[in-house]
Amino acid sequence: MFTQILFYGYAAILLISAILVVSARNTIHSALFLVLAFFTCAVIWILLRAEFLAIVLVLVYVGAVMVLFLFVVMMLNVNLEPLREGFVRNLPVGILVALIVAAEMFLVLSTKGFKLAEQSELALVDATGYSNTKAIGAVLYTDYLYAFEIAAVVLVLAMVTAIVLTMKKSVNTKRQNPGHQVRVKRKDRIRLIKMDSEPVNRKTGDTKSDDAEKGDVK
Amino acid sequence: MIHALVTAQSVIAAPANDYGLALPEIIMLSAICAILIIDLFVSQNKRIITYLLTQATLIGLAIYTIHYILHISTATEYTFNDSFIRDFKGDVLKIAIYIICFLVFLYSKDYLRERRLFKGEYFVIGLFGVLGMMIMVSAASMLILYLGLEVMSLSLYAMVAFNRKSSVASEAAMKYFVLGAIASGMLLYGISIIYGVTGHIGIGEISSYLGELAKSKTTMPLSLVFGLVFILIGIAFKLGAVPFHMWVPDIYHGAPTSVTLYIGTITKIAAFAMVVRLLVDGLGPMHKEWTQILVVLSLLSLAVGNIVAIAQTNIKRMLAYSTISHIGFLLLGFIAANENGYSASMFYVITYAIIAAAAFGLIILFSRKGFESDNLNDFKGLNERHPWYAFMMLIVMFSLAGVPPTVGFFAKLHVLQALIKADIGLTWLAIVAVSFAIIGAFYYIRVIKLMYFDKPVTEDNTPITAGADMHIVLSVNCLLALGLGLFPGALIYLCSLVFTPAV
Repeated sequence: MFTQILFYGYAAILLISAILVVSARNTIHSALFLVLAFFTCAVIWILLRAEFLAIVLVLVYVGAVMVLFLFVVMMLNVNLEPLREGFVRNLPVGILVALIVAAEMFLVLSTKGFKLAEQSELALVDATGYSNTKAIGAVLYTDYLYAFEIAAVVLVLAMVTAIVLTMKKSVNTKRQNPGHQVRVKRKDRIRLIKMDSEPVNRKTGDTKSDDAEKGDVK
Repeated sequence: MIHALVTAQSVIAAPANDYGLALPEIIMLSAICAILIIDLFVSQNKRIITYLLTQATLIGLAIYTIHYILHISTATEYTFNDSFIRDFKGDVLKIAIYIICFLVFLYSKDYLRERRLFKGEYFVIGLFGVLGMMIMVSAASMLILYLGLEVMSLSLYAMVAFNRKSSVASEAAMKYFVLGAIASGMLLYGISIIYGVTGHIGIGEISSYLGELAKSKTTMPLSLVFGLVFILIGIAFKLGAVPFHMWVPDIYHGAPTSVTLYIGTITKIAAFAMVVRLLVDGLGPMHKEWTQILVVLSLLSLAVGNIVAIAQTNIKRMLAYSTISHIGFLLLGFIAANENGYSASMFYVITYAIIAAAAFGLIILFSRKGFESDNLNDFKGLNERHPWYAFMMLIVMFSLAGVPPTVGFFAKLHVLQALIKADIGLTWLAIVAVSFAIIGAFYYIRVIKLMYFDKPVTEDNTPITAGADMHIVLSVNCLLALGLGLFPGALIYLCSLVFTPAV
């Protein structure tokens, strides 16, 4: 009973924050609502006894991905107004379609076909000393090795495409060359010029000429 | 998770995994990594090296796979703990993918060079796409199938957006990405429901579970049908079947023609493989349920594809709608729901990919720097300028329309034959399909009319700038539409052989 109340509570928060991600006017707000959605999702996973996944979700998505996301949002300062132009006009149609689909899905799910109560028995199996993380560790590099490798391929591909689509080799950009930076010598940085010392004007403390600098920093 | 633990312990007792079965995938991935790195050390004017390495990889894999099925084995074998399947039909589909991808890259070479898109990454991403297709073709688990699909889709999005300067291409890529993500989500949702109800993720295990269920019950439980519907939506999106076709014309039109060539040909074979693995191998016992939905998809695709294509003035858009109608035909074979139908569909998809490669190859051939020959008006009076290629275009258009003796006719014939022979009271569907094919013949033959009976719009006598390799291969490819039509026996036999139950 208690877990059910928890589940419905968190599910409600999840849904509301998911809607707010899309509808919030401020991009930073919507990014923060996404963080909230991830957190509540993690809680629901804990209720389903998938603690490892829940922790990974918080660590990876909230901790790493969303922080980067917020950085990008704050730096770019994207104006989303043009994107929302058709929003109000198309909203009634969208809501109608969503309601019809939701009603249909509800009708299907409420029939006997799903036997939700019967199937939820599976999740309730408990064993002492049973560790979720250990179970995943046992199968990830054995049973699911192939899937794991393909996931790695997806990441490589994403990296290659991201670089291809964003890297510009423009002539005008000023770029650093780390190789040159490392190889630089003292004499490249500073040039010593020999010159006669000048008599100093005692009243002002200035030298006679302006170009009497000892070194010329490049 | 308890279940997972138990299987983890039984790993020791399980038969040894022969990773050698996945050799093509392993070679492909190694080649991709090698080419990616070699490309860094190649200067722009020697970029051809990357291209040649790419082509060598494809040809090498094709030769290896042909050798494998001829001399080593055509048996069905599993590896990677039953998540990888190597079987005869998979190998045949892979050979088709390798060879057609070889053609695609060959046709794209000059096009890319003229538009300053001739970069090593283009070929690397193209190969990644092929790797994704290979993974899909030999997926023995729904998880792997989905991952393979993602590898393929990601490469396609990137390839569509490859020309960053073109805003049309960027818009097309964005649309493709968003709709593709929705489709993947739908598919994944369906897979998760099927997994939740059956308790299995392996395609073979799901099939045997459903087989047991079908014996004891007359109708499948609603929960399974619920999951099936979402899987079918995902499939329909990826195939581009109506009413999930909205992305097809925009992407075909917006993408660089070389990418349209890629999407329009080999991805269809991969999508076919996905349908076979999911619906036939996995949810085969539920065919009564999925054929009903496929009938609707097929009927709508035939209608919308053929009728809307008439209104198009851009040949890439026209061919996009033509693809939709061909998907409608392809699905007819699945509706027959027997080995005969599947093999007819396989014949259909392979020959369609060959002809589509020729069609888009010709569009690429006629275009040149600063000029995309993609309007129907550009084809006016083609016969006066390039009689040989006008003739080639004629063969291709006849084949797409399904006029004998081209191969398009036999492909349609076999699909319809399988549907009628299946004797499931769907002869009316075959008749409707033929009527729409006749409507569709209009816009193919219009192209021929423009080429032969109309005067050119502009005095344009620029010679075709393409290498000898492209001239020869493209001509052979076009003539193949005729050749396979005259001698279809071998390919038909092969397609029926792969679907006969193993002895």
